[in-house]
Amino acid sequence: MKSARQISSDVRSGASTAEAEVAASLAAIAAKNDELNVFLFVDEEEALRTARGIDERVSRGEQVGALAGVPIALKDNLCKVGVPTTAGSRILKGWLPPYNATVVDRVIAAGAVAMGKTNMDEFAMGSSTETSAYGPTRNPLDPSRVPGGSSGGSAAAVASDMTPLSLGSDTGGSIRQPAALCGLVGVKPTYGLVSRYGLIAFASSLDQIGPFAKNVEDAALLLEVIAGHDVMDSTSLPENAPALVARLNDGVAGKRIGLVRELIEGADEDVVNSVNQAADALRDAGATIVELSIPELRLGLSAYYLIAPAEASSNLARYDGVRYGLRVDANDVAAMNEATRTAGFGAEVKRRIMLGTYALSAGYYDAYYGQALKVRTQMINAFQRAYLDVDLLLGATAPSVAFEFGAKTGNPMMMYLSDVFTIPTNLAGDAAISVPFGVGEGGLPVGVQLLGPGRSEAQLFAAGRVLELAQAPS
Amino acid sequence: MASPLRRDDVAKVAKLARLTLSEEELDQFTEQLGQVLEHAKDIAALDLKDVVATAHPFGLINVVREDVLRPSLDRDAVLAMAPDAEEGRFAVPRILGETP
Repeated sequence: MKSARQISSDVRSGASTAEAEVAASLAAIAAKNDELNVFLFVDEEEALRTARGIDERVSRGEQVGALAGVPIALKDNLCKVGVPTTAGSRILKGWLPPYNATVVDRVIAAGAVAMGKTNMDEFAMGSSTETSAYGPTRNPLDPSRVPGGSSGGSAAAVASDMTPLSLGSDTGGSIRQPAALCGLVGVKPTYGLVSRYGLIAFASSLDQIGPFAKNVEDAALLLEVIAGHDVMDSTSLPENAPALVARLNDGVAGKRIGLVRELIEGADEDVVNSVNQAADALRDAGATIVELSIPELRLGLSAYYLIAPAEASSNLARYDGVRYGLRVDANDVAAMNEATRTAGFGAEVKRRIMLGTYALSAGYYDAYYGQALKVRTQMINAFQRAYLDVDLLLGATAPSVAFEFGAKTGNPMMMYLSDVFTIPTNLAGDAAISVPFGVGEGGLPVGVQLLGPGRSEAQLFAAGRVLELAQAPS
Repeated sequence: MASPLRRDDVAKVAKLARLTLSEEELDQFTEQLGQVLEHAKDIAALDLKDVVATAHPFGLINVVREDVLRPSLDRDAVLAMAPDAEEGRFAVPRILGETP
C-alpha cells in the first residue's frame, strides 16, 4: 500500500483521486474485515462523499491539506458526530456522539477521510482486544494471535493495509504495544500535546491520543496535524504543534542514548536481541550508547494498576443509565444504576472499577492510591536524573512478540505484565515511540522503544528514522 | 499466598461501585484482585513519607476560559441519545420512597 505522504501528494497533484484511494481502502476492508474483525463500523457513504468533496476542491485549485485523500481509521473511543461510538463496550451500544473529538476535526480539516471505527479492549482496558464486547481482533500477520491492545483494531487496520494511518489512545502502552505486535510505528506523545476533547476517558492523568503508521514519516505527519493547543481541553499544552517532519533526518550523531536494564529485563531472548541490535544501529549512526539502570521503573506496574483503576472507577461512574447508553429498568434509580452497570460492563472493566474503588476507599487510600502517587513522583524524578546524562532512552516495547488468543485471559496479572515497559512513560507524562526492529519467534515483528522527556518528539522521530533506515534493503 | 483481600471486602466494594456480582464472580474477583494487591505490596511497603504525591505529570493548575458566551451542545440532540427524556429533561425512575 502507498504511504500516507504519497497518497496525499498524488491527490494534490492530480496523479490520483481521493475517491480512488478511499475506494481502494473500502475494498481492502471488505476483503478482510470478516476474518480480522478490525472495524466495528465502516462509514462507507460518508467516506466516499468526503473524498469526492476533496477531489472537487483539488479540481478548483483549492488547498486541501497535508493528509488530502488519506484514509484513516479511528479507535472506537474517539467521537465523531452521528457515527456509532462504543469504546468496545455493550453499555454504549448504539450511542451516536453529538460532537466531534478535536483530533477528528483536525484530521478532517487536513483532508484525511475517516473510514470508520476500530475495535478495542472495552474502555481501553486490556492488552489484546480480547475484552471487547464485540469479539477480539485478529493479528493480520498471524490470525491465530492477538494484535495487542487496547488499540488493537487501529493497529490491525494499518498492518492489514486497510488504511495507511490510524489513531489510537495510550494510557499504559495501548498504542506502542499493539504497534510492536503488528510491526508498526506507534507513538505516545507528551501528556497534553494532543487534545483529548472527545476521547472517551479511561484514566485522565495518563490518557494520550497518538498515531499508528507503517513508517516514521507518516506517523510524524499525522502527529503534526493532531498536536497543538485546544481550548476545549484544559490539560492541553499552551503551544502550537512542533515541527516534526522537517526534522526527520536530524539523525542521532552526537546523541547519548541510555540502554535501560529495567526496560529489557524479563523480556524474551528474541526481543532482547532486537534491542541490542537497535543499540548497535544507533551507535553506527553516531550515537553514544550508555548502559544504565533506573531501579524506580520496577515500581511502575504496581503504581499504574492502582492509579489507572482509581481514575477509571471515577470516570466510569458516569455510565449510570441516565444520560446516554444502556438502561436496564428497575423500580428506583439506584437499582436501575446497578442493573445497568452490571449488564453493560464486561468482566475486565468490572475488575478495574472494583480495584479502583477499593484503592480509593476509606482505610486503604493511603496504603495504595496515596502511595502510588508518591511512587509516581519518584518515577518522574528518576527519569529527570537519567535525562541529565542522556538525551533518550532505549528498551523493549513489549516483553514478547504477539501471543496466542487466550494465553493470558485467565490471569489478569499476566496480561498486565504486557505493559511493564510502556507504563513508566505514561506515569511520567513523557513521550515514547515504538519502531519495528528485527523479527522474533515465528517470524513475527519485534518493537523497540525509544523514550524521551516531555516535548522530545522531534528527537524521537529522528532516532526512529535512523532505526528504520538501518533495516532498509540496500 | 495470603490474599490481603477478603470476600466480604469485595462484596462491599461491589456495592459501592453499583455492581451486582454472582457468587462465582465474587470468588473469582477476590482471588484476582488479591493477586494485584499482592503485587502492589512492593510499593505499599516503601517508606515514602517525605515524598510529595503527583496527581498530574506537569502539576496541573486551574485553567479558566474567557467569560464570554459560546455555543454549547444542542439540548434536543443530547436528549435524543438519552434512554428516557421528558419535557426537555432526562427522565429517571423514582428516587425516593413509594410512588404516590
